[in-house]
Amino acid sequence: MHTKTLKELSDLLHAKKISATELASLFLDRISASDLNAFLHVDKELTLQQATVADQRLASGDSTVLTGIPIAHKDIFVTRGWRSTAASKMLENYVSPFDATVVEQFNQAGTVTLGKLNCDEFAMGSSNENSYFGPVKNPWDKTAIPGGSSGGSAAAIAACLTPAATATDTGGSIRQPAALCGVTGIKPTYGRVSRFGMIAFASSLDQGGPIAKTAEDCGLLLNAMCGFDPRDSTSIEREREDFTRSLNEPLQGLRIGIPKEYFGEGLAADVEQAVRAALSEFEKLGATLVDISLPKTELSIPTYYVIAPAEASSNLSRFDGVRYGYRANDYKDLSDMYRKTRSEGFGDEVKRRILVGAYVLSHGYYDAYYVQAQKIRRLIAQDFKQAFDQCDVIMGPVAPTVAWDLGAKADDPVANYLADIFTLSTSLAGLPGMSIPCGFGQGEKNSKRPVGLQIIGNYFDEARLLNVAHQYQQATDWHQRQPAGI
Amino acid sequence: MQWEVVIGLETHTQLTTQSKIFSGSPTQFGAEPNTQTSPVDLALPGALPVMNRGAVERAIQFGLAIGAHIAPHSVFARKNYFYPDLPKGYQISQMDLPVVQGGKVSFALEVDGKTEIRSVQLTRAHLEEDAGKSLHEDYQGMTGIDLNRAGTPLLEIVTEPDMRSAAEAVAYAKALHSLVTWLGICDGNMQEGSFRCDANVSVRPVGQKEYGTRCEIKNLNSFRFLEDAINYEVRRQIELIEDGGRVVQATRLYDPDKRETREMRSKEDAQDYRYFPDPDLPPLVISEEWIARVKASMPELPGAMRERFVEAYAIPEYDAAVLTQSKAMANYFEATVTVAGKAQAKPVANWLMGDVASTLNREDTDIDNAPVKPAQLAQLLQRIADGTISNKIAKEVFAGMWEAKSDSATLADDIIEAKGLKQISDSGALEAIVDQVLAANEKSVAEYRAGKEQAINALMGQAMKASKGKANPAQLTDLLKKKLAS
Repeated sequence: MHTKTLKELSDLLHAKKISATELASLFLDRISASDLNAFLHVDKELTLQQATVADQRLASGDSTVLTGIPIAHKDIFVTRGWRSTAASKMLENYVSPFDATVVEQFNQAGTVTLGKLNCDEFAMGSSNENSYFGPVKNPWDKTAIPGGSSGGSAAAIAACLTPAATATDTGGSIRQPAALCGVTGIKPTYGRVSRFGMIAFASSLDQGGPIAKTAEDCGLLLNAMCGFDPRDSTSIEREREDFTRSLNEPLQGLRIGIPKEYFGEGLAADVEQAVRAALSEFEKLGATLVDISLPKTELSIPTYYVIAPAEASSNLSRFDGVRYGYRANDYKDLSDMYRKTRSEGFGDEVKRRILVGAYVLSHGYYDAYYVQAQKIRRLIAQDFKQAFDQCDVIMGPVAPTVAWDLGAKADDPVANYLADIFTLSTSLAGLPGMSIPCGFGQGEKNSKRPVGLQIIGNYFDEARLLNVAHQYQQATDWHQRQPAGI
Repeated sequence: MQWEVVIGLETHTQLTTQSKIFSGSPTQFGAEPNTQTSPVDLALPGALPVMNRGAVERAIQFGLAIGAHIAPHSVFARKNYFYPDLPKGYQISQMDLPVVQGGKVSFALEVDGKTEIRSVQLTRAHLEEDAGKSLHEDYQGMTGIDLNRAGTPLLEIVTEPDMRSAAEAVAYAKALHSLVTWLGICDGNMQEGSFRCDANVSVRPVGQKEYGTRCEIKNLNSFRFLEDAINYEVRRQIELIEDGGRVVQATRLYDPDKRETREMRSKEDAQDYRYFPDPDLPPLVISEEWIARVKASMPELPGAMRERFVEAYAIPEYDAAVLTQSKAMANYFEATVTVAGKAQAKPVANWLMGDVASTLNREDTDIDNAPVKPAQLAQLLQRIADGTISNKIAKEVFAGMWEAKSDSATLADDIIEAKGLKQISDSGALEAIVDQVLAANEKSVAEYRAGKEQAINALMGQAMKASKGKANPAQLTDLLKKKLAS
């Protein structure tokens, strides 16, 4: 039962073959038995209350495809009832008085919340080793990282602890953990998913999105997550659409752009092999591969690591010990209180990024760093604009290597940053991007670790991305593989 | 050494919107602490700002009223600093592209006994949010933070350093105060903090082109404090320089008890606010259509009304200027003249500038709360015009009408009746009084007949007294003269 897709479970629920309460209990048991540290907060009673309501709705026919489906939310989305900590000591005991819009939307659809998922602190990281509550383990190899920052979300799906998970992506935080855990995730076009109630990291880059087992599952979840929200001034007003409407379109004539910059020296051989095999598969499905260039790819690293920390340094100023959250115990005056609270409340990576951010915004450096980075950002977006003249979608690896060992890069922040090279540009340009499992590599440890294929689309082209992914998932079975013991 | 004073003012005006600039919380003054705060105002995790259109419209109105350029495209920026009454750790304001640019405010100024018309150029006016309040008393060594005010919309109005005396600065501030209250965009209540001035003050030797070093005196919330503070600061700076010292750029506060300014923070601690465009708010786009709609809904401006009064009602410029100092007074004048007739315009003006104004002053109330309504005042003037009462008696009637606080459409008549104040114009009654007075004042009679013309004044006085002031003065005079001549 626990290995079934969301769609399969939905069919069973609606056919009354299983109840929401049974399903929720099943997953709650799996969660409490798991040692992956994917979940941070679980409240059995709250979950079962929601399950009861879902069962009533299923009985009365007032239900949607998602009613009764268990779901878990990345601990970046605020929830009433369950704590919302952003995996930080700063918010260790914080309970939000309101639900994030995304959470509200799922509640309205009738999903059953299993709990909150672990992640890198304030969504800053690529390995989920920056959580105050301890790292998450990769279900494929528990000595490996699951990826980040949505490591908990990806690991929970891979280990069948939940059939649906929400996550957020600022520079790759949906796509990369999905790739490293062998599951499917999509970051939609910037502005599609409301950021109201999403604890802010970098406002112009943050986007919410689903992680699940299949493209179809992601489409069903995206349908509930997207939509204009007047409470978010960056939310886009567009007609509602069904992202699953094109799943079955054949791929004959699809032009797939292959950026040469994504297949250079830094790409590990085992990752390249799995990705190229996937590309051949697409050719069999009728697509044509087109060589393209995204010349500014390398610049995306410094650009992102100027802009994101800058916005973060400001967004995190509200965590000052005054109104809520952690406050230091001993302090002699206001300055001391601020200094101690923030030094003690934030983890190292968060502090690192706040310092970088404050620096690049400071008088005398603002033009050279922040303004310059924003200009380059526009050039990066232009790269894609030109590329999409020659192709319909762009494909390549998600990460240069498979998951590395827990602790291997923990002391080397820059090494972590460099590994983001294939995902940052998409975020900077605001384009939609997906990751789907396409094979395995061994990395340095000779243990089987998943490889993900990245599919990047033009603005608002999520339905096409899901179609492309779905057709691949009909022709292959990487997405159906399970880690040992699941 | 002859010194020239250079002053620029920054005025923070709270806008009269029902809700805050970036959230839907109410903006009323005086509520229990922290009862007018939403997650957005408290800067809870996940909260986002949404622009209040009413605040923008008030900014547009102000820009139109002062002949400024309304920016078709303006940007909100974050001003970052830490203080407990600033929940987000940044204030949303406008930096490089403010909504209103340029413009000027004109006013009358007494210089050496002559009235001159001066103009002050405005640099800009921009929208921003107010901070909360820090309350230091009543909390035993701690500080209470009330965030009701946090997020209230402000229009910050900045002048060029055009003013050359404290008197001029006060005249400008008063004119600005009149304008914003006239437009209805600010309630002008200085005690409640709706209108606060910061004065930038420097001195330089007469003839020097370069400006001297300035100091900023913050948060002056009365015209008297504004004048005193500037005068103190000017003296301080001149004395300092004449003693061989240098003015150091600093922010200062005015102490109204000691009547002096003192340093708040010096340049050494000058803040770097790390301004950058707020990524949570798209640029503010103001179309020509929007400006036209706002223009069409604006009240007639004081200058235009002044000119119209002079032309339509043939009253002197001075009267028109006084009557258009407030919209309420101008409207009252016009309403009264509408009932009383254009021929009565000057008497109406006299009454409003005289008895009505002094009564309002004495009762510490404003024209909106006057118990005597325009139509009622009009009737009073009609009774003077038709001879029912004299101008002198009318004052008594007016006082009675004010006391009565009645809605009666015939209030003037009611009071005249009730107090028996009808002017005595009946020749029979008047003759009797005259005879009586002449008989009792043989000395004055003799003096008059002997050629002393002024002796009639004493007789007039006696007759008026005998008639309890009700004798028709013109008729009385005629009658007296006739009888004295015979």
